[in-house]
Amino acid sequence: MSNILRKMSYEAIVIGGGGAGMRAALQLTESGLKTACITKVFPTRSHTVSAQGGITCAIASNDPNDDWRWHMYDTVKGSDYIGDQDAIEYMCSVGPQAVFELDHMGLPFSRTEEGRIYQRPFGGQSKNFGEGGQAARTCAAADRTGHALLHALYQGNLKGGTTFLNEWFAVDMVQNDDGAVVGVVAICIETGETVYIEAKATVLATGGAGRIYQSTTNALINTGDGVGMGLRMGLPVQDMEMWQFHPTGIAGAGTLVTEGCRGEGGYLINKDGERFMERYAPNAKDLAGRDVVARSMVLEILEGRGCGENGDHVLLKLDHLGEEVLESKLPGICELSRTFAHVDPVFEPVPVVPTCHYMMGGLPTNIGGQVLYPESESETRVVDGLYACGEVACVSVHGANRLGGNSLLDLVVFGRAAGIQIEKSMREGYQSEAASQANVDAAMVRLNTLNNSESGESISEVREELQKTMQLYFGVFREGDSMQKGLELLRELRIKVSNLHLQDKTGAFNTDRIEALELQNLFEVAFATAISAEQRKESRGAHARNDFTVRDDENWLKHSVYYPLEERLGKRDVNFSPKTMEAFPPKIRTY
Amino acid sequence: MLTVSIYRYHPELDEKPYMQDFQVDTGGKDIMVLDVLNLLKIQDRSLAYRRSCREGVCGSDGMNINGTNGLACITPLSSVVKNNKLVLRPLPALPVIRDLVIDMDQFYKQYEKIKPFLLNDTPAPGIERLQSPEEREKLDGLYECILCACCSTACPSFWWNPDRFIGPAGLLQAYRFLADSRDTATEERLAGLDDPFSVFRCHGIMNCVTVCPKGLNPTKAIGHIRNMLMTRAT
Amino acid sequence: MVTTVTSYGRSGLSDWLVQRVSAVILAVYSIFMVLYLLLNPQIDFVQWSALFSGTGMRIFSLMALLSLGAHCWIGLWSVSTDYLKHFAVRFVFQMVVGLLMFIYTIWGVQLLWGL
Repeated sequence: MSNILRKMSYEAIVIGGGGAGMRAALQLTESGLKTACITKVFPTRSHTVSAQGGITCAIASNDPNDDWRWHMYDTVKGSDYIGDQDAIEYMCSVGPQAVFELDHMGLPFSRTEEGRIYQRPFGGQSKNFGEGGQAARTCAAADRTGHALLHALYQGNLKGGTTFLNEWFAVDMVQNDDGAVVGVVAICIETGETVYIEAKATVLATGGAGRIYQSTTNALINTGDGVGMGLRMGLPVQDMEMWQFHPTGIAGAGTLVTEGCRGEGGYLINKDGERFMERYAPNAKDLAGRDVVARSMVLEILEGRGCGENGDHVLLKLDHLGEEVLESKLPGICELSRTFAHVDPVFEPVPVVPTCHYMMGGLPTNIGGQVLYPESESETRVVDGLYACGEVACVSVHGANRLGGNSLLDLVVFGRAAGIQIEKSMREGYQSEAASQANVDAAMVRLNTLNNSESGESISEVREELQKTMQLYFGVFREGDSMQKGLELLRELRIKVSNLHLQDKTGAFNTDRIEALELQNLFEVAFATAISAEQRKESRGAHARNDFTVRDDENWLKHSVYYPLEERLGKRDVNFSPKTMEAFPPKIRTY
Repeated sequence: MLTVSIYRYHPELDEKPYMQDFQVDTGGKDIMVLDVLNLLKIQDRSLAYRRSCREGVCGSDGMNINGTNGLACITPLSSVVKNNKLVLRPLPALPVIRDLVIDMDQFYKQYEKIKPFLLNDTPAPGIERLQSPEEREKLDGLYECILCACCSTACPSFWWNPDRFIGPAGLLQAYRFLADSRDTATEERLAGLDDPFSVFRCHGIMNCVTVCPKGLNPTKAIGHIRNMLMTRAT
Repeated sequence: MVTTVTSYGRSGLSDWLVQRVSAVILAVYSIFMVLYLLLNPQIDFVQWSALFSGTGMRIFSLMALLSLGAHCWIGLWSVSTDYLKHFAVRFVFQMVVGLLMFIYTIWGVQLLWGL
């Protein structure tokens, strides 16, 4: 079936109106390129708004001698050595400039007595390459840094005059006959109209996909739309087994409690009141890497030292910090705890449990955000016209485990970098052939199938099944046998996912249709995760296996690359060539 | 079983809006209003509402809950339900797109009108613009706004003049930039507010303060703006 | 800025200020009159005329009268811009209110100075 769609034309489009998307859009608009930011929710409803603790960056406010190389060291170590060191070097060194730009844009950072940006300690931070003790490097606006950052970026874009297509949902990307990406088919949610939005450069900034799990800190909109679109186009994704479980999600509700709580002096206790992290990480204690803390918590629970009636969580103790500190430094946490845990942290500890939080993997890109197609372990080629930044991308600065506060830095640094790269490419005369009707039709297949569905599976039920499967078989601890069982269930689910029944076929604000499209994206992400997790036969960072408990640098000091067309897992070399210094060699990772 | 009465309207199917009753099994738990909607969405896939963060920071799910504006995701049933009945309507004053989804353009336009971005005509330093903790403290209670529109759509002055009265949400942000020591456009900002509608349609009835899900106080901010205008003029 | 040509002072601040100052004047005048009448329950025309023959009282009364005019104009103008959405209706209403205020003011001056 052929649909002649209305066409809108831009030089560059950004899909996603979160932190990364808006930073890229701002850069592009300021460069004078005709740009549109396409976002499925009004920009300030994006998930960046939920980030709390801060943005980690060596701006040398807390410690005048702070050095971005120390931050780089921490990040490389945090990544369990599969973060690309050239990208980490870029992020840590350009970071301060990107953060100062946010201040100039109006971000209301908390302040020190000297009038500089307030920095708090976060997990995995050190001075002097791990030798100088705990650092305080996370720039904060109370515990609402994400909110402040997202609003400041939106405001910056309003000032800059960016064109926003608010509440437009990107269905699938359009590829021309040469394989270059030349825009996207998108639905205007308000009216239901489907439009082909043509662009020479398409930036995916669609964020994460935490909703593949049943228990997640992620917003309901985090459905991996960019990864889904990429995989359907046959693009490989990298390190998809690496999912961060945040140590402190509120038990039962899943809402996040910032690592900043522990940065400000809070700590975890088990049912005996013991500060158990002293046993697992004698030096960093509660401020060890997130993967380490999350695993320790699960072990405490598994060994019968969990709290509550079912012994299924531990407690985050904050009351000793005093009401004044809590209300000034962590006001949002107090609010969330009261609402979702029915606990006032001023008097009582907060029940917490490791909760799915962040996707370290994604579409592999270079520093300029250009999406890469790994041809072999050492060779890659650029996918013309396609860029990615933020959580959807895997640059890779987070490797196997992201450090707290590095995601906000990632999205401003690489959102900006993608914008700069596109401007450069355009100035150098990048051109792509226009899409043919057949090219556009190809991007309409999925939507047409859904729109024509007369019967089939229930969207709500399939989604729940998917989330349960991922939670059960691909959680904090993993094992070969059970993952294979999970994979089998996912293969059954794939049939259901391709046979969803769209009950509501109307146009205006049809959330049934959007949820169906989102569910298909979630599934693609989940499946890539499952294959990658099952085949990485070692434990590294967030990927912890009971059957392969140690890190295997000989075979797996590599990125995993999932090729969707062949359902095959390949490997890719990790970058150990930073530009201005010697690489940090892999060491045993202890905190 | 909880009886939930919901405002329904589909522009392609309905001539007029109507209220539809549903029965929901909440399992006897004190869940949030958004959880109820998510349960209903399983029953009726055609029900339309906005939601995102589900923890009260994104501002998507502002709606009228048993007569009072609030965020569905942080409103527990126990705080609103009486006689086992929950009535959900879209936020008042703005056009309805479908069911609980309103067209917020007018609200956003008023926000944009106050130039909601930092203006500073001095060259930016190589680091951040310095600001003392005392100066920064003035922004507390202002920058936390999530643009959910609960306040403006609860304000009669906004009901009557949504095109000319900026409304509590926009004015709170107007003061957020007036109060920022890093902003140098105070005169320009005040000049843009000194007409009989933008600020002065506020009659101080404080509906905005009552409904704000973040506990902010737009009326107080409006008072500050008035004082600044007064100081400027006398 | 929203421009308006029919408001009293064309500036929101001046309208707001006039509204408050006039309210105070009207309040003081009202209290004075009530107290005066309470303290002089058997008041006759001579005494009443005497009260208004002093220049001070005449100025005070004129002030109250002008305040009343301005206060009414601003208040009713606000009400009309809230509730009267049809331009013609609103314009006629505003003209009628304006005319009435004008008449009352002139009439009041005539009474006070007995012109």
